[in-house]
Amino acid sequence: MPEVASLPGALGVSPSLSFGSRLRGYLRAIGAVVWKDLAAELRSRELLGGMLVFALLVILIFNFALELDVRTRQTVTSGVLWATFAFAGTLGLNRSMAIEKDRGCLDGLLLAPVDRSALYFGKMLGNLTFMLIVEAIVLPTYSVLYNTNLFNPGLVLVILLGSIGYVVVGTLLSAMAVQARTRDVLLPILLFPVILPVLIAAVKASNGYLQGLEVADILPWLNLLIVFDVIFTAAAFMVFEYVVEE
Amino acid sequence: MIEVHGLVKAFGLKPILRGVDLSVAEGEFVALVGPNGAGKTTLLRILASLSRPTAGEVKVGGHRLPARASEARMILGVVSHQPLLYGDLTAEENLRFYGRMYGIPGLDQRLAQVLKTVGLWPRRRDLVREFSRGMQQRLSIGRAILHDPQVMLFDEPHTGLDQEASAMLDELLRQVAARGRTVLMTSHDLSRASDLADRIDILSKGVIAGTYKRGELGPGELPEIYREVTHA
Repeated sequence: MPEVASLPGALGVSPSLSFGSRLRGYLRAIGAVVWKDLAAELRSRELLGGMLVFALLVILIFNFALELDVRTRQTVTSGVLWATFAFAGTLGLNRSMAIEKDRGCLDGLLLAPVDRSALYFGKMLGNLTFMLIVEAIVLPTYSVLYNTNLFNPGLVLVILLGSIGYVVVGTLLSAMAVQARTRDVLLPILLFPVILPVLIAAVKASNGYLQGLEVADILPWLNLLIVFDVIFTAAAFMVFEYVVEE
Repeated sequence: MIEVHGLVKAFGLKPILRGVDLSVAEGEFVALVGPNGAGKTTLLRILASLSRPTAGEVKVGGHRLPARASEARMILGVVSHQPLLYGDLTAEENLRFYGRMYGIPGLDQRLAQVLKTVGLWPRRRDLVREFSRGMQQRLSIGRAILHDPQVMLFDEPHTGLDQEASAMLDELLRQVAARGRTVLMTSHDLSRASDLADRIDILSKGVIAGTYKRGELGPGELPEIYREVTHA
């Protein structure tokens, strides 16, 4: 068996390095986690497959359960969409963190010499990517099933802001819930009360765009989404290290 | 290289470590043995900065934990009984991922070197979930030595391995020690521990209850002492 050779030079992110080097190391770690999540999912398709099937089933059930006229359908569209995204999102968040826990991989991540918030942002961006892929498939399917035009740039903006808020909180709470034996049940119980302002704002803003309201009427809800996204991103950045540590 | 003084760790009101004092010099190979629940894994997790001590002082490579954990993690390699590998990635992809996390320069070359060392070069493009337990553990060692750490922590690395895989792991452990790396390994296997390590520390009921250097004990003496210490 050949011997392992030494590696010259300093490795990892050292505080003695310049700010630029540390930032590059930080971004590299975020990129590595996103790459790892996408590469693993591309191969297994467990997470996206589960989220998609669930989301499509939910809108199909709503389609048959709510036998409404065209006008009433438009008023329930945003509620049905966000209920679908929220339920499917929970599945994805649970699975994404369970993958880290199952083979002790979370410990592998935590052993890396990087600021632990980089791990959070990597996981968060991976989860956001999966959520946006599901939404990109659900929207046209919903349009066809409900005979409703959803191709509205304003709606796309709301979905993006709402999804960011959902995933920012969801990634943090899934990291907490994954430590528990009852993680599958625990995540929605923890997540939905916290995420309620995002869901309400997202439903109201989506409805506003679909009803053709003035931007001034929708703006307070958009502002609420932006503020929620910023506050919870900052909070997650600060507390993630303590959440994942024993 | 590893300095632990008065280390206490409690989960809620239940104390696991009750004042551990441990010192491992540079290049030393120490085996930590003890019964189930003695606190071996808890101690290693604290040294690996995966868990915070309740009280006491812990230093790895001169870096105090948990304040300087990031610096300590740069010089640490950890092998646990769990592989810490992603089943849906290939062996090469797993190491590439960890290599990026550590910011290893010349990663392609280093990957080839490590994969050859652990004997998995021909299987580098196979998914880890298709690997046997022994192969996963070899790759796990590859992951741990990828950034050429000065301190290596092994938490019962032989768990679940067959005889052949255990022998291969022993050979890898000897290589790591021969290169002057500081090694702390927990084990249940007294004969393997005394065969590999320079020193054996017995952890019992949350404290180091005995320390024995290689050569200090006669043949068959260790199991007797171990029984006395752990049942005292």
